[in-house]
Amino acid sequence: MTRYIIQRLVYMFITLFLIATFSFFLMKFLPGTPLTAEDKLSEAQKAIVMEKYGLNEPVPVQYAKYMTGLAQGDLGVSFQFDNREVTQIIMERIGPSAMLGAQSMAVGTILGMLLGLVSAIYHNGFLDYGSTFVAVVGKSIPSFVFAGLLQYFVAVRLGWLPVALWEGWEYSILPTIALAIFPIAIAARFMRTEMLEVLGSDYITTARAKGVNKFGVVFKHGLRNALIPLITVLGPLAISLMTGTFVIEQIFAVPGLGEQFVTSVTTNDFPVIMGTTLLIAFLFITIVLVVDLLYGVIDPRIRLTEGE
Amino acid sequence: MRKTNWLLLALALVLSMFLAACSGGSDDTGGNEGDGGEDTEETEDGSSEEGSDGESADGEQVLNLAESADIPTLDPSMATDVVAFQWLGSTTDGLYRLGEGGEVEPGIAKSHEVSEDGLTWTFDLREDAKWTNGDPVTAQNFVYAWQRAVNPETGSEYGPYMLGGVVKNAASIAEGETPVEDLGVTAVDDYTFEVVLEQPTPYFESLTAFGTFLPMNESFVEEQGEDYALEAENTIANGPFKLTEWNHGEGWTVVKNEDYWDAENVQLEQINVKVVKDVATAVNLYETGQIDRAGLSAEFVDQYRSNDAFKITEEPTLFYLKMNQENEILGNVNARKAIQSVIDRQGITDVILNNGSIPAVGDVPRNFTMHPESGEDFRDINGDLVETDVEQAQEHWATAKEELGIEEATLEYLGGDTETAQKMDAFIKDQLEQLEGLSVEVVSVPFKERLRRDTAMEYQLQNSGWGPDYIDPNTFLNMWVTDGGNNMTGYANEEYDALIEKANTELAQKPVERFETFLEAEKMLIEEDAVLAPLYQRAVAQLWKPYLKGVITNPMGAEYTYKHAYIEGK
Repeated sequence: MTRYIIQRLVYMFITLFLIATFSFFLMKFLPGTPLTAEDKLSEAQKAIVMEKYGLNEPVPVQYAKYMTGLAQGDLGVSFQFDNREVTQIIMERIGPSAMLGAQSMAVGTILGMLLGLVSAIYHNGFLDYGSTFVAVVGKSIPSFVFAGLLQYFVAVRLGWLPVALWEGWEYSILPTIALAIFPIAIAARFMRTEMLEVLGSDYITTARAKGVNKFGVVFKHGLRNALIPLITVLGPLAISLMTGTFVIEQIFAVPGLGEQFVTSVTTNDFPVIMGTTLLIAFLFITIVLVVDLLYGVIDPRIRLTEGE
Repeated sequence: MRKTNWLLLALALVLSMFLAACSGGSDDTGGNEGDGGEDTEETEDGSSEEGSDGESADGEQVLNLAESADIPTLDPSMATDVVAFQWLGSTTDGLYRLGEGGEVEPGIAKSHEVSEDGLTWTFDLREDAKWTNGDPVTAQNFVYAWQRAVNPETGSEYGPYMLGGVVKNAASIAEGETPVEDLGVTAVDDYTFEVVLEQPTPYFESLTAFGTFLPMNESFVEEQGEDYALEAENTIANGPFKLTEWNHGEGWTVVKNEDYWDAENVQLEQINVKVVKDVATAVNLYETGQIDRAGLSAEFVDQYRSNDAFKITEEPTLFYLKMNQENEILGNVNARKAIQSVIDRQGITDVILNNGSIPAVGDVPRNFTMHPESGEDFRDINGDLVETDVEQAQEHWATAKEELGIEEATLEYLGGDTETAQKMDAFIKDQLEQLEGLSVEVVSVPFKERLRRDTAMEYQLQNSGWGPDYIDPNTFLNMWVTDGGNNMTGYANEEYDALIEKANTELAQKPVERFETFLEAEKMLIEEDAVLAPLYQRAVAQLWKPYLKGVITNPMGAEYTYKHAYIEGK
C-alpha cells in the first residue's frame, strides 16, 4: 500500500511537471503581449516594459526561470495587477469558489443520489419517470440559463434572495442551487443505472431470499456497489466546481477564481494563467489519487497493491 | 408497502430541509431590505412614490455603483485602464480636473502662465492642499510623479505614451537614452511648478487632469515600497474622496476626504462600488435598488428606452474601416470612395448596435471639440463627409474597375471575434457585396491578433476604432500622417502632412486658425482621399436613478466626476 502511494506520488509529480511545461509553451502561442498601450509605444519603450515582465529573453530561458521559481514555490507576480503576487491573488479568489463548489456538490450529490435511488427502487414507475425527467432537464439545461431564471424570478420578482454580490451566506444560495443542478443530474443517472444493475444480480436475490428486507438490501449491498462509478465521476466534478465556474461567478458577481482565470487569458497575464492552471491540475490529480484509494475502502475486492 | 412510505418520507424530509434553508435565507435578506438604515437599500425602485421611508432619504449621501472590472492598480504611473483612472481621479487632484463640458477647473493649480513661445508653463499651486497623511501637496510631488512615470526603471506604459513628445525629453528618457533628471519639470519653490514642453501643446491644460499626470507623495511611496497601492491602507489621497476598503475582485469603498482643500463643495459621504461583469446582473441589481446606475446592452435598450431613467451618452470613440492602400484595389481612390458610400451606417447603429451609437460621418467625433470662438461643434462645421448612396457607389466602383482593368475582385475583411463584431461584420460584408463583382471574405480574430496584423499591415479591409488621448482634434487627425505610428494604411500625402505640421507648429498659439486647419485636414482625409470609411461613433445606454444628480461625464481619463455629485429626492 505505502509503496503504491509513493509510486503514485512520483507519477503525480511527473504529471504536474509535464502540465507545467506544456501549458507554458502553449501559452506563448497566445497572440499579443500583456501590454495595454502596445500600439502607442515606440519599439525601445516597448522593449523596456517587456524587460520588466521578463519577456525579452528567449522562451527557453523564460521557461527555465519560471520552473526554478516554481520549484521554490514562487508563482511570480501578476502582469495585470501590478506587483500583486499570484499566490496572493489565488488565495483571495479561491475561497468563494471553493465554498460554492463544496455546497453545490453536497446538495447535488445527496439530492441526486436520493433521486437515483427512488428511480431504481420504483423502476418504471411514476417516481422513476419523474426523477429521470429531472435528471434529463438538469443535464441538458445549461447552468447559466438556470442561473438567469433563478436570479430573475427568485431574486428580482419574488425578492426572496439577493440578486447577486458576495456579502454573506445568503448570497451563496442561488449560485449554489444553479451549480447543484448538474451534480444532481449526474448523481441521479449513475445511481439509477448502477442500482438497477446491482438489484438485478444474483447475490441480491439470495439476500432477499434470506429474508433481508428491501431497504436493507438497498443500503447494505446496493449503495456500496453503486458508489464506485459515482465517486469516479463526482471526484473530478467536485474539483472543477470548486476551482470556479466562470459563468455562474459572472452572473452572480462572485469574486471567485473562475472569472479571474478567464480574464488572465484575455489579458495575457502569463503568471496568473500558469498559477491557476497548475493549481487546478494539482487538485485534479490529487483527487484522482484519493478516488483510487477510496475504491479500496468502499470495495475491498479492489486491491491497490500490485502482484497477487 | 409501509417501507415504501418511509422512503418517501425521508425524501420529503430532505427536500423540505433544502427548501427551508432557502426560505430561511430569504427571511434574512427580506430583513436587510427593510432596515435600509445600515446600507442604502430603500424602496424597490426609485419610482414607487408611496415609499414612506422619507426620513432616511435625502440626508443620506451614499452612492452605489457597479464597475465591470476590478481596479488593476492605483499606482498613477502604472495605471492603463478606465477603472484605475476613474478611481485615481476620484481620490487624487492633479494640476487641473475636468469639469462640465470637458472644460478644466482648478485642482492643485490655482492658475498658470504660458511663455510667449508656448513652451514653458508655470503653474501656481494652492497652499492649502494636503495629503491624507497631513503632508502638503507640493511642486516636488509633481516632479517626482512625472519623472517616475517616464523612468525606464518603473516600466510604465502610459508614462512614455502620455508624456512622450509633450514634456521635454520624456520620450528619450523612456527609451533609456537621457537621464531622468533631464525631464522638463522643475519645482521652482514648494508651490511653483514649471514645465518645459517639447513643442507648443495647446491642449496641455486638459492633459494635466489625466491619471498619469497626478502628483505622488514621494516619502509615502518610498516608504510603502513594493506594497504601494496594493491595498486600501497602502494608498494615499489628496482629492475629494479617499479609499477605505478594497476587497479584490469584489468591490471597494471610498468616503469623503474631510481634509480635501475643497471639501465644502463635496456632498457625497460615501461611494460603494461592486464589481459586476454581467450586464443582466447589473440591470437586476439596479431594479432591486442596490445600484444607482447600470449600463445596458442592445437587448435591454428596447425594453428601457421609454423609461425616465434611460440615458444615452455619446463617447468620443470612433469606428471605421481601414483600407490598406498597399492592396492593388484599395490603392485606387475610387474603389475606396465606393466602399465609403455603399455602407449603410444607419443600419449599423439602429439594427446591429441599437445602443444609442450614431453613424460616423468624419474622422473627428461629435461632441468632442468646439470652435474656439463660435463654440460650434467640429462635426457640425464640417458636416457629413460621407454619405450612403448606393448608386453613386456603383459609379465609383465602375470607374475603379475600369482604371484597374478588372471585372471581379475579392477583398479580405479583418474583423473582431465578439458576438456583436461578428454580426456587424456579416452586415458590412453584405453591404460591400452590393458592389458588382466584389466578394468579401471575413476573417474573425481576437483583438490582440487584429492589432498585430494591423502593425504588420497584414490586412486588406479592417474594422478598427480609436479613442482620444487628449481633448483636441489632433488626437484623431495626426495619426494619418505619412508613416505615422498608427497610420498603417499606407496613406502618404505631403499636403496632409503639411497641414497637420502647420497646426502643431506655427499655429500652435492661434487656436482659431489651428482649428480651421484641422477642419481642412479632415476634409482632405475623408472626402478627397477617402482614407477611411467611417462607420459609427460609440455611445453608451445606461439607467441612472433620477435622484442621482451632479455627476459629470468626461470625454477621456476618468469617465465620471463625482466631486459635485449629490443625492436628492431619494
